[in-house]
Amino acid sequence: MKLTRRQALAISAGAALAVVAGRAGSAHAAVDDTEKAIQDFTGGKSPETGRIRLTAPEIAENGNTVPISVDVESPMTAEDYVASVLILADGNPNPDVATLHFTPMSGSATATTRMRLAKTQNVIAVAKMSDGSVFMDKKEVKVTIGGCGG
Amino acid sequence: MISRREFLMAATATGALLGSGTAGGWARLMAQQGLTEEGLLSMPAFGNVTLVHITDIHAQLKPIYFREPSINLGVGEVAGLPPHVTGADFLKLYKIEPGSPDAYALTSEDFVALARTYGRMGGMDRVASIVKRIRDERGGNMLLLDGGDTWQGSYTANQTAGADMIEIMAALRPDAMTGHWEFTYGTERVQEAIDSLGFPFLGSNIYDAEWDEPAFEPLATFERGGAKIAVIGQAFPYTPIANPRWKIPEWSFGIREEDIAAHVEDARSGGADLVVLLSHNGFDVDRKLASRVPGIDVILAGHTHDALPEPVVIGKTLLVASGSNGKFVSRLDLDVQGGEVRGFAYRLIPVFSDVITADPDIATLIDKVRAPYEEELARELAMTESLLYRRGNFNGTFDDVFCQALIEEREADISLSPGFRWGTSLLPEQAITVEDLHNACAMTYPAAYRTTMSGSMLKEVLEDVADNLFNPDPYYQQGGDMVRVGGMAYAVDPRAGMGARISDMTLLKTGEAVEPSKDYVVAGWASVNEGTEGPPIWDVVEAWLARNPVVRVPDNRGVRVKA
Repeated sequence: MKLTRRQALAISAGAALAVVAGRAGSAHAAVDDTEKAIQDFTGGKSPETGRIRLTAPEIAENGNTVPISVDVESPMTAEDYVASVLILADGNPNPDVATLHFTPMSGSATATTRMRLAKTQNVIAVAKMSDGSVFMDKKEVKVTIGGCGG
Repeated sequence: MISRREFLMAATATGALLGSGTAGGWARLMAQQGLTEEGLLSMPAFGNVTLVHITDIHAQLKPIYFREPSINLGVGEVAGLPPHVTGADFLKLYKIEPGSPDAYALTSEDFVALARTYGRMGGMDRVASIVKRIRDERGGNMLLLDGGDTWQGSYTANQTAGADMIEIMAALRPDAMTGHWEFTYGTERVQEAIDSLGFPFLGSNIYDAEWDEPAFEPLATFERGGAKIAVIGQAFPYTPIANPRWKIPEWSFGIREEDIAAHVEDARSGGADLVVLLSHNGFDVDRKLASRVPGIDVILAGHTHDALPEPVVIGKTLLVASGSNGKFVSRLDLDVQGGEVRGFAYRLIPVFSDVITADPDIATLIDKVRAPYEEELARELAMTESLLYRRGNFNGTFDDVFCQALIEEREADISLSPGFRWGTSLLPEQAITVEDLHNACAMTYPAAYRTTMSGSMLKEVLEDVADNLFNPDPYYQQGGDMVRVGGMAYAVDPRAGMGARISDMTLLKTGEAVEPSKDYVVAGWASVNEGTEGPPIWDVVEAWLARNPVVRVPDNRGVRVKA
């Protein structure tokens, strides 16, 4: 029963066209940083609920590689499409996980990736539409040391 | 239209009511006169479909004693709701006579006296008789569904990697199963076993870990009594977390509620008249699932080992909880017309082994699979003066023995024993045999580790397990009980939040508070980590029993529950 704390942040794969490079993170989980990142992304707008769906496990099987996917309802036409999706993990030393950029050519705004979660926390996905409207979904993912249940 | 439940009300056993620990042949005879095979099994057929459900047998081929929990707390929305009702409250809720056969089967009240009166329960040859009789009566209208945790939990199952149970179950001819502890035999064994089953092993929520695509058949469809039936299988969602992930690296699990919803929708649009979820989620998870996913007619619940004498109805969904260890067989008769359930009749059949005749063919088969091990199974290790059992949120007397053995044999300050819900019970004055010991610990990762942990690490472990048990959102619960602790006392507030439930950790041998920064020698077993070293737990306990041939378990005052 060796129990080491999981650290750091990584993204292993994704349908993303661009991934924001992580800053050198402080050791402290940053709910404030998360709030700021959302504000920066939305231009100060408060995101609505709906249209974006984040799928993530309730409890991570392996905190080092947690699969998540996002799916945004959109016709994906030149007039109405999903411009980008911001993914954050509010309990990681650096909450930025990825920013996914889409164009009408993307066909659909769906993406799957894996991320590292340092501890139990919220994973947040925010979608910015071509008309500037923003939508958010959030899911708590528990990172457990496990092994005593059943 | 929901028909009234049918449930056995047999004569009260006076000897048991008086709590006489020595209720002898007289009381036993009286009790069993009130109990007949006909009374237990006769049920007027209702409707056009019969579902027979067995689950969490944990490889118990022979009749056993199994004490139900006296403490099974619910938190959040399910506080005080079944199955979080125990003892006298349970009897009151379901209007069961204290001292009656049902009181014995379903609660811990007066357990020892009633066990001496009514005898052992279960036995797969008795289960087979029940299944056979229902099949004879209902013929082509019946489905037999196995909720899993079937292949693990005994000496012989562990020796044969589940082959003994697989052979017996094949003779019962189930129509489908799902699983949990089955996976602890590892990918290769599970795959090989499934290929030879002859019926589907369903797992809507099992995915290929690398490709993130479904790895198991999610559902099977049947036609019974003119109704099209879809059975969706749901394996234990947290298998790779509660059990060793390294044994099944190819598979990923999870609740995956959206997948179940999609399968229900597909089944309905494909013309299914009846949609059944054969589930190993655990009762609270299934209760929540039923409230969120429309269109499931019946959830056959397992994992948390609850036995409820009538279905819990959530919206239009019936939740059936069929107990564990072969103690019960559920029979649910349904009137299914035009794509909906018009009515039902239910009976949770308690398998009183002295009353229900063993099926001779299955009895012979059981003897055959046990024959190579019979001598070792019967070897006596010690005698117990105390009732030994496992179930309960915080401790069980059998676990107290394990914890004490770990401390003494491994020279540790503190011991940890996992809060499993399987493991049979032993009455006072019973011999503890190899079979009994292994019923409490037979598994594929039995190494008893010895390590050092800081006080803060210990607290983190306890908090983590407490959150698995008491998280107010059932989707974050894993369904086991609290890790059992030896050598250390603590207080727990189940209603507090993550990280704030555990307090007052005290090292018993010194009476001093456990210090966060200090290291303690900790012994335990069943670590999910690969490469864990140590002797198998059964060797540790056997060595301790050799030095303590008469077992007396003092009252466990180690855990204080804050209301």
